[in-house]
Amino acid sequence: MRTKRGTPEINGAPMADIAFLLLIFFLVTTTIANDKGLSLLLPPKPDEENKSEIKIKEHNMFKILINSADRLLVEGEPLDDPRKIRQMVTDHVMNYGKNPKMSDSPKDAVISFKADRGTTYELYIKVLNNVQGAYYDMYAARAGVTNKQWRDIASDLGDPENKRIYTIARKDFPMAISIAEPSKIGGS
Amino acid sequence: MAKFKKKSNTSQEIPTASLPDIIFMLLFFFMVTTVLRETTINVEQRIPAATELRKLQRKSLVSYLYLGKPKQGQWGTQPKIQANDVFIETKDIVLWVTQEKDKLSEVERDQITIALKIDKEVKMGLVSDVQLELREVNARKILYTTAQDMDY
Repeated sequence: MRTKRGTPEINGAPMADIAFLLLIFFLVTTTIANDKGLSLLLPPKPDEENKSEIKIKEHNMFKILINSADRLLVEGEPLDDPRKIRQMVTDHVMNYGKNPKMSDSPKDAVISFKADRGTTYELYIKVLNNVQGAYYDMYAARAGVTNKQWRDIASDLGDPENKRIYTIARKDFPMAISIAEPSKIGGS
Repeated sequence: MAKFKKKSNTSQEIPTASLPDIIFMLLFFFMVTTVLRETTINVEQRIPAATELRKLQRKSLVSYLYLGKPKQGQWGTQPKIQANDVFIETKDIVLWVTQEKDKLSEVERDQITIALKIDKEVKMGLVSDVQLELREVNARKILYTTAQDMDY
């Protein structure tokens, strides 16, 4: 007969250390994937059929130009701070014919955005961010939600409720941002 | 007053037995939420920041292109395009997109999203060349990956 021993106990204190080690390993080796950014739908490939010129009235266009030295030209005037574009776009789109130099209605308004081949990507993103932001603000106001909520709604159109709100807010209110091919003058 | 001076018999030590459980919980959280990077990025990636961010809904539909200056000098100093693990030329984008589309099922092919991770310093000329190629293969949904700008 064996002698009766006490139940063998394993010391559990170093377990925390092992867990810490693993935790630190995962903290260091992994990066939280960021799949966020500015979404954009490129225009369709130009084909022979719909090559017909679409006439847009001069005053409906809001022109943004950037040259190779990262200087902005907005509606014919030089501009330093790209953040100002946000308010200018809103004024232009929500004009409803009050100012003859601005758009007739949101439906007609077009934002024309043209960069140079030598423009840095950073400035391009800043400008695009402000133009899209202005539109998101306007859509959010129409849908009665905040800007952040609107962006979440627009990102998840699988939900029928989201789709409903989205359709109502976007009715006769297109986000007409026309990004022209960069000019080659003063290229990189 | 002596009433208050009564010594309690409870031990002063905090039991540490539950500590591993807490750490394990944290560990599992990080293990689940993080993705191990599959590709080595060979181009500089200083991603610009923006405020009006949109989230991608379905990660399976996303393919990544990296644009930036090569990190190693042997590849030159001009910004290059990296897809998966290799540098590609603009003309190769058509083939690359086709390959990426083949990985998806028939119905999802047109919903492919190209996430562009572009370094701040890259000139628009290259970005535009890439976009033209993407238009050519009808991969029109793009996303400029940006960081969240905290200034606003």
